[in-house]
Amino acid sequence: MATDPIHQFQIQKLIPIEIGGVDFSFTNSALFMSLTVAAASAFLILSSRGRGLVPTRWQSAAEMTYEFVAGTLRESAGSEGMRFFPFVFSLFMFVLVANLWGMFPYFFTVTSHIVVTAAMSMAVILTVIFYGLWRNKLHFFKLFVPSGVPAVLLPFIVVIEVLSFVSRPISLSIRLFANMLAGHITLKVFAGFVVALGSFGFVGVLGAILPLLAAVALTALEFLVAALQAYVFAILTSLYLNDALHPGH
Amino acid sequence: MEAEAAQFIGAGIACIGMGTAGVGLGHIFGNYLAGAIRNPAAADGQFGRLIFGFAVTEAMGIFSLLVALILLFG
Repeated sequence: MATDPIHQFQIQKLIPIEIGGVDFSFTNSALFMSLTVAAASAFLILSSRGRGLVPTRWQSAAEMTYEFVAGTLRESAGSEGMRFFPFVFSLFMFVLVANLWGMFPYFFTVTSHIVVTAAMSMAVILTVIFYGLWRNKLHFFKLFVPSGVPAVLLPFIVVIEVLSFVSRPISLSIRLFANMLAGHITLKVFAGFVVALGSFGFVGVLGAILPLLAAVALTALEFLVAALQAYVFAILTSLYLNDALHPGH
Repeated sequence: MEAEAAQFIGAGIACIGMGTAGVGLGHIFGNYLAGAIRNPAAADGQFGRLIFGFAVTEAMGIFSLLVALILLFG
């Protein structure tokens, strides 16, 4: 029984597997990633099984999720951007379901590790760079040269724009990672306060109600943040893909 | 000064960043409410941008919290 807020982020090997000296163990992180994929797939596949023209409640929920992400992508990247819809929808569903799985007590939050969010963010940025270069050739670098800039300022503006582009994968990954990390640490810290106050006898137990109410409110906030961070990841991905499709401001 | 003491002081200073992020968030939502009261019909259409602006501003506050946590627990 751990009483510090960091223990929840520890990787534990559930099934140790070693192939040729490389560690391929099935960890708690791998378990929850599998559960994330299973839950997202089950929701979408089973809800749409009936294929009714007049949708049932579950099918309606699946269709609303689809339309929500499709609308976001279409608005940000245009109708040409819809070719990236499977990519963006997968990212959105993975982040959303992984964040929501982490809300249950004692469950592991997959997205609270920088390696997971950095992998997704690198996938997005590499897609942007390579697709942008493949499609626009050298016109892609128009992205760093905004229109209507006096020639005197141009060198400085280009450097700043390049730095701003390089900071995109960093901020994209750290935003999701830090939100999940900070949220869960705060929850555990308040839970620790409940236990600490409760050990002071009857008056302590009465006082422990306050951090308990705070923990309940924080849990509600964490649900909001879980959904919000998935939406923000999706919309930023859509905006970056728009830059790959239509470079130049 | 010992490294551990400096860690705690640094974590406290990093929390100032969260206060300034709070100022930014209040600015965003205040402007949205001011506009929504003037033109309620247009408010719902801009809700998505409001949430996006909230999330990227909140991210800066969270980055400073991350620095504080790294100082405390890293």
